[in-house]
Amino acid sequence: MKKILTLSATAALLMSSAMAFADTVTVVTSFPRDMTDPFKSAFEAAHPGTTLEVVSRNTNAAVAHLKETRSANTVDLMWASAPDAFEVLKDEGLLAKVDVQSEGIPDAIGGYPLNDADGTYFGFAASGYGIMYNTRYIAANDLPIANEWEDLMRPEYNGHVAMSSPSRSGTTHLTVETVLQGEGWDEGWATWKWIAGNMNTVTERSFGVPDAVNSGATGFGIVIDFFGLASKASGFPVDLVYPSVTAIVPANIGVIENAPNQEGAVKFVEFLLSPEGQQVLLNPAIMRLPVNPKAYENAPDGFPNPFADDFAPDAIEFDVDMSGERYNLVNSLFDVLVTYRLNDLREAVAAVQKAEAKHANGGNDEAAALIAEARSLIEAMPITEAESLDPSFTQVFTTSRAKPETEVMGRQAEVEQAWDSFAVGNYRKARELAQRAASL
Amino acid sequence: MTDSTASTLSRGRFRLFPQQLSGTAVAGILIAIFLMAFLILPVAQVIYVAFLDARTGVFTLQNFQDFFNTSLFRESFANSFYVSAMSVVVATIIALPLAYITTRFNFAGTAAIQALGIIPLIMPPFVGAVAMSLLFGRNGTINLLLNQYFGFRIPFMEGLSGVILVQSVHYFPFILINLSASLRNIDRSMEEAAQNLGSYGMRLFRRIVFPLAMPGYLAGAALVFIKVFDDLGTPLLLNVNTMLAPQAYLRITGVGINDPMGYVISFILVAFSVFSLWASFLFMRGKDYATVQKGGGGLSRRDLKTSEKWLAWGVIGVILALVLSPHLGLVLLAFGTIWSFSPLPDGYTLQHFTTIFTQSSQYVWNTLMYAGTAAVIDVILGSAIAYIVIRTKLPGRKWLDYMATAALAVPGVVLGIGYLRMFHTVELPFGLGKMSSFWGIIIVALAVRRLPYALRACMAALQQVSLSLEEAAESLGASRTSTLRRIVVPLMTGGILAGFVTSFATAAVELSATIMLVARSSDAPLAYGIYLYMQSPAGRGPGAALGILAVVIVAVGTYLSQRIIERERARQTMTGNGQH
Repeated sequence: MKKILTLSATAALLMSSAMAFADTVTVVTSFPRDMTDPFKSAFEAAHPGTTLEVVSRNTNAAVAHLKETRSANTVDLMWASAPDAFEVLKDEGLLAKVDVQSEGIPDAIGGYPLNDADGTYFGFAASGYGIMYNTRYIAANDLPIANEWEDLMRPEYNGHVAMSSPSRSGTTHLTVETVLQGEGWDEGWATWKWIAGNMNTVTERSFGVPDAVNSGATGFGIVIDFFGLASKASGFPVDLVYPSVTAIVPANIGVIENAPNQEGAVKFVEFLLSPEGQQVLLNPAIMRLPVNPKAYENAPDGFPNPFADDFAPDAIEFDVDMSGERYNLVNSLFDVLVTYRLNDLREAVAAVQKAEAKHANGGNDEAAALIAEARSLIEAMPITEAESLDPSFTQVFTTSRAKPETEVMGRQAEVEQAWDSFAVGNYRKARELAQRAASL
Repeated sequence: MTDSTASTLSRGRFRLFPQQLSGTAVAGILIAIFLMAFLILPVAQVIYVAFLDARTGVFTLQNFQDFFNTSLFRESFANSFYVSAMSVVVATIIALPLAYITTRFNFAGTAAIQALGIIPLIMPPFVGAVAMSLLFGRNGTINLLLNQYFGFRIPFMEGLSGVILVQSVHYFPFILINLSASLRNIDRSMEEAAQNLGSYGMRLFRRIVFPLAMPGYLAGAALVFIKVFDDLGTPLLLNVNTMLAPQAYLRITGVGINDPMGYVISFILVAFSVFSLWASFLFMRGKDYATVQKGGGGLSRRDLKTSEKWLAWGVIGVILALVLSPHLGLVLLAFGTIWSFSPLPDGYTLQHFTTIFTQSSQYVWNTLMYAGTAAVIDVILGSAIAYIVIRTKLPGRKWLDYMATAALAVPGVVLGIGYLRMFHTVELPFGLGKMSSFWGIIIVALAVRRLPYALRACMAALQQVSLSLEEAAESLGASRTSTLRRIVVPLMTGGILAGFVTSFATAAVELSATIMLVARSSDAPLAYGIYLYMQSPAGRGPGAALGILAVVIVAVGTYLSQRIIERERARQTMTGNGQH
């Protein structure tokens, strides 16, 4: 008797809990609680009777989850920073075209279009990229503040820098791509390699970088701006600098195709774009740049304003199509040339820095020649920019989606192995040459 | 019983089931179905991609050739092997003195040490690595002080050494628990016989005690090796990605990439782990470790001389300080305000605990339910499989063991993806929704992933129960069920409880499969809650506070079960003595 009672009570409980989710909007997001909680409270206050259910996944896992559950979808919205992830979802047909009412939001910010042209996803906040540093760390190690990407290449920063990998972090990918587009393919990659030579780690997730800077494990981190701003607002002894070559890129929200609660989903998107929703972004735990210029009237002092004339004057116009075409290729190149061979790269760069310090006053032509050769070996790239945009190359990395008429050269593993030997060989040779130069 | 089945066969009538299936056979079949549905098939769904050509979808072995041709993967394989082996070595160095001192001598701190021995296991993975970085990292507490006063740093946490350190500290309890249980079960009379023949001290340990304790040591060592080989969280957190498990994870979870290499690596991880287990089986086969008399009490305990006492306390102090350092770091993080580039936090506060107490009752309840249910399932399945494998002659029983143990070799993310693929089209009755987003699937995932621990503990326990005890019971007229219930299971209690405790403790902090299967934050367990908090700067304090809560809950549960074990043991010894 007791067993039957317990069983039926459990069944009733389960059924009622299933019914309680009647007016729920489910969002899958990579954003942390600090960001979703204020929005959740504000949204539920503005729409009584509606509950916002938050499913937390990092961007990659969220995309994988949506793909896996495509035929029996339980999620209404995708809410993440990287526009690239939304492009991938759009290509796979996982986003729904919806009509969203919003006021006061411009079409573009910093030359970057805020919303998808087909109405599948919408920008609700903007972010720039910068260098975050720990004030105690640089005081203890007597280091100057880095203001530009080039500063991070200086020998005194050796071992004091950290960043994440573009394949692990949508925002890092955008940073890497920004420098590649701003400085050019070869110069951009050279910049990244010299900076990487100064790094003590490449983190697995984007939050690993501000985490390392916050705890003092590293001095400088290449981060998306809100990590730096939010950390500072939480009380950590850190600060953020915007280099002049940066890009302003929107963070996005999109409604999923076949959403269980499409109406509620659209209401949430409209809330985000409303003046009320935009104000939530100024919360010290969030610190993202609103896309409604009016919201800056209530911003605290010193809060960056991307609509102001003096903000990042050399900011480039980010070409999202170019980025999309070589997305996976750039991920792979960075990982093979930098992430997996970080120690080899660091040794080569350290050797060159030592040799240059020894021959700083010039006068030794042979040494100068050796050093120049070592530099060019480190900077050498296995493929050119033209090849990076050539579908027969890029589609090696997305062969499952390759168009049948494209001739794809080789397999991803083959290509990566070739690049790997290229990198290892070059770094080793560069190190030997630099060591020889230092002994002269 | 064998006679009746033989005569049934020879009757020549057509029967659908030619032999009558005994109870054990039915149990075996049900267990096999469970394992197929919730382990083998989901994993196969994910891994078969490794055998497909990425472009044409045709079966091929080319991907495997590519794997062995790629120097990065060969290095990763070597690194993983090296790290696992070294972790076993360091874990043994940590566990052996503790186990020996507490079982061999009358030592005042025994109960506390045995209880503390489980604590490293109940550290949510990434929180442990964060805490240890704060203490041992480049600019962690120890190195900052060393650098300030002596001008040098020790690279505890650099590269592979960091992984080895964190892993040994995290997994040594497997060796400690299993070794202690084995040492305790060795009969006093063995030792006395050896001493009668003139053996004592190190020679006695080396030639009598340690060989008899082998099942426990090997069980623990094999577990540690495989867990470290497959572990993903620690290398990822420490940003060491030239190892197999992180390489697989990074390649499987990339955006828009269908890199078959990730699946190839997963297959190799699974295959190699299974191979290691098989190798340890081979070593153990044919060796009878049962001791017939169960006079109880284990090894005779000596008293310690004062100088030996100081030495013992010294050794234990150092080991405990090392082993509890992640928890110390966690406590400092939970109570600290800002901790940045300094040996200790700037200030202390109770703010973080206030934050989580308002939000975490759901997490606690979920964790207790998920981990508890999973552990119960594991212990039942583990004892059943152990009995079938060791005591019966059912065909294919070895495969039951292999299947259950293979769960060790499966990375959590692979299992999670496999479940999503297999079950998201299955609708459950009673309006519970889709199976893949039903919270019950989390319990199943935890049970399947933890089953090998319970199984090894149950098998080690059963191996030490001699067959002659059961035969004696049966010759006195007890039925099979009665024998199991009144002789075998009570004698296995220690091992069963050890299995329950390890399953519960590790299930309570598991994350890699959970993270793929949690559909709603109201279904989330503690580890997931911690993961959510740790994604932002302001969340480290509350995340650490939640971690402390998790550790406390599991520690209390473990302590209670230890008390029960001790009480059972005392009761058995007394009854045994009373009958003499």
